[in-house]
Amino acid sequence: MKKLVHRAVSRARSAGATYADARAIVTRRQTINTKNGAAEGIADATDRGLGIRVIADGAWGFVGTSSLAPADVDDAADLAVRIARASATLASGRVELGPQEPIQAEWSSQYEVDPFAVPLEKKLALLLDADKLMREVPGVDVATGELNLVREEKWFASSDGADLIQSRIQSGGMIQALAQGNGEVQRRSYPSSLDGDNANRGWEFVEGMAFPANARRTGEEAVALLTADPCPSKTTTLILEGSQLALQVHESCGHPTELDRVFGTERSYAGASFLTTDKLNELRYGSDLVNLYADATIPGAMGTFGYDDEGVPAQRTDLVKQGLFSGYLSSRETAARLGITSGGAMRASGWDRLPIIRMTNINLAPGRSSLDEMIRETDDGIYAATTKSWSIDDLRLDFQFATEIAWEIKNGQLGRMLRNTTYQGVTPQFWGNCDAIAGRDEWRPWGILNCGKGEPIQVMWVGHAVAPARFRSVRIGIGARPQ
Amino acid sequence: MLGETQSLELVKAALAACDCDQAEAILHSTNSSLTRFAESTIHQNVAERDAMISVRAVLGKRIGVARGNQITKDEVQSVARRAVELARVSAEDERFVSLPEPRPLPDIASYSGATASSTPEQRADSVRAIVDVAGANGCRASGSLSAESAEIAVANSLGISAYAPATEAGLIALLADDESSGYAEWHGLDIATLDPAEIADIAAGKCVDAHGAEAIDPGEYTVILEPLAVGDMLSMLAYMGLDALSVQEGRSFLTGRIGEKVTGENITIWDDATDPRGLAFPFDWEGVPRQKVSIIENGVARGVVYDSYTANKEGKQSTGHAYPAPNPYGPMPGHLFLASGPATLEDMIASTERGIFVTRFHYTNVVHEKQTIFTGMTRDGTFLIENGKITSPLKNLRFTQSIVEALSNVELIGRDSELVPRAHVPTLKIANFTFTS
Repeated sequence: MKKLVHRAVSRARSAGATYADARAIVTRRQTINTKNGAAEGIADATDRGLGIRVIADGAWGFVGTSSLAPADVDDAADLAVRIARASATLASGRVELGPQEPIQAEWSSQYEVDPFAVPLEKKLALLLDADKLMREVPGVDVATGELNLVREEKWFASSDGADLIQSRIQSGGMIQALAQGNGEVQRRSYPSSLDGDNANRGWEFVEGMAFPANARRTGEEAVALLTADPCPSKTTTLILEGSQLALQVHESCGHPTELDRVFGTERSYAGASFLTTDKLNELRYGSDLVNLYADATIPGAMGTFGYDDEGVPAQRTDLVKQGLFSGYLSSRETAARLGITSGGAMRASGWDRLPIIRMTNINLAPGRSSLDEMIRETDDGIYAATTKSWSIDDLRLDFQFATEIAWEIKNGQLGRMLRNTTYQGVTPQFWGNCDAIAGRDEWRPWGILNCGKGEPIQVMWVGHAVAPARFRSVRIGIGARPQ
Repeated sequence: MLGETQSLELVKAALAACDCDQAEAILHSTNSSLTRFAESTIHQNVAERDAMISVRAVLGKRIGVARGNQITKDEVQSVARRAVELARVSAEDERFVSLPEPRPLPDIASYSGATASSTPEQRADSVRAIVDVAGANGCRASGSLSAESAEIAVANSLGISAYAPATEAGLIALLADDESSGYAEWHGLDIATLDPAEIADIAAGKCVDAHGAEAIDPGEYTVILEPLAVGDMLSMLAYMGLDALSVQEGRSFLTGRIGEKVTGENITIWDDATDPRGLAFPFDWEGVPRQKVSIIENGVARGVVYDSYTANKEGKQSTGHAYPAPNPYGPMPGHLFLASGPATLEDMIASTERGIFVTRFHYTNVVHEKQTIFTGMTRDGTFLIENGKITSPLKNLRFTQSIVEALSNVELIGRDSELVPRAHVPTLKIANFTFTS
């Protein structure tokens, strides 16, 4: 593979590229799904390919090929140069890349147990044990379990002289109970919804989630939600549990700080950003308590790596400092436009995709409170947990999210369970009303696998380390009809 | 291109390597390209050549699926053997009955040579035509122009042997200036039928008309939804429950309601992947011929779509809506049609005392699946209608609305119909559509 990436770069240079980089990636991915006591789907996929990115005549071209025969790699390099020249016929200027010392290095994620060395029977047994416990709860109609396991090896070379090899092991999953009746369908997921929680760690991460120990409660809550009171419609205090706060950070801070969105290059599809460059170090994004930052170096977190897909080292970048908007996620090209160096956020979802600016681990720094203390201090409000649905406008300002479950807070105590909980807000006002964040003891990364961006679509894995936080004056209970 | 003979030889070589009770092999090879533009320049320009071999092996009621993307005979047979190994150590799925039996396949045109041979230079010329329209209207252009060709071959040990090539092209165009934006898109099999300047003209007109947008209070309004918004709404409805799995699990709004009136009598919805007005294709990912399925007829629920797994559960035949195994999400309609009506757009606007004209929605998502409530924003061309005329542009609004309720409140249906992602639909005029912020 190392020879192939160098061959591709060399061929592109011979064909007229002034810059070229190539990535070859070999991935093995195992997904295991169980449903109601059966193995619903077991898939083991291997994938190999090479992507070559070039600048020719001052413009970009990219080709990905799954055929790794030397002649096909040469063809891909030649086509990338031809594509770049076609791009150049409609360019406003020449692409300028910011400086980056070429690095030769190797990097690996850390893990204790290789998930691919664990017998399939053991993986199935873990999910089926939890499945059985969920279905023992009367009223649970569907119990499901999911594991996502990945091994990735990546070789990168550039015409600047970079030469990198990276490998990582990823593990994660979830369990979920579904109950239906009373005109309702209610789901409860553990430890979080969508693809669950995930990390650049080994099988020990899956075992640490303790699916069986949490299965019964998961089932019981799904059933209880069917007859729980609906979320009232009012403006009140909202405390968000970690995985839902991770989504909040993702949508309202991660995406709007992507510098390609700011420069309009994602506008036609996912949208632009309200965090335009005139607002840098000027806009009050949140309260003084709010410190948000990107950090691709957190051991084991889902957005952690050694070097991004331009060969820039993983690093930490402040995005919001004490409530002031203070930085962007950037690439070599976009950073150069701002006169700064790349923040190392260029990532591609595979060999077949062009690197674009992606979140790494976008984190809310811990505060000094605790979940218990935040609840105790709240006279009237709700505590909401686990993502159910999400929607935000194309500038990342107006959002509406729904959670699987919530509990009413009255006079400092958790009370009745609430179903169909929704809340709505506008990003700077919402974060401006953040008046407490739990401390480091409750601060932990969450790993998300389903961040979609770009054309062709790239579905990327990212991380968010957060602790529960409290927000005042939030509109909750948004429905088609007053509830 | 691999061609029919080589594609089928590869999937049959995979089957030959499967020492199991039943087996299925899928070969999906693709050659795709996409030219992306923003600020009236091409900033991303990509091509991809890939292939996927997927083998499903069945041992009794134990199933394993293995995949790879190297398509030599040795590699596909290695994938096949891995699928059998996985099946051997898997747990049983008591609900599994059988892979599907072969049925005659329709002869459908699904391929365009012009799309398959699209070049980067041709795509740059098309983008230039869009940029020129933008410039003439004081706008900047962003969007993408894509062209993809694919070959799909499916075979199973019960005798299914299906092959077809396919192409798809698409253009999205967002034209914007410092004040506003307008949007249009196009989809088709054949890129030669695309007139990029015509699409850009529509987007430019909306951008210019949207200058000076004002906010409006949220509340219930009559809306006129253009096909992009209608298609988005229909896709969300499909996601929430137009498939057999969601009905069987009790998640769908149609559970227990087949034969009942669920929308207004003026609504008829069906799925038909064989209709040449859409992106037609003869079979699904199990090699089963795609059937036309009546979903709602004059407001009455008629049925949902099936794959072999959900069909076997009810003793029915698959309707040809399977996705590649393993698929925990079940079958899905992807070629929806909503019957056109007699109204022109002018009729709809002229008959509206006060309402909102919507070009498209943004970032829609489910709020309550059983009540089919979804939320999202309007985007790139939202206008106020007063006393039968469009009077002013509006800032974007958020809606939170039950889709079934909206389809019960349709006052007029357009005589137009347009291919949008996953659907072919007309413009709709709908009363009492709820905007929440």
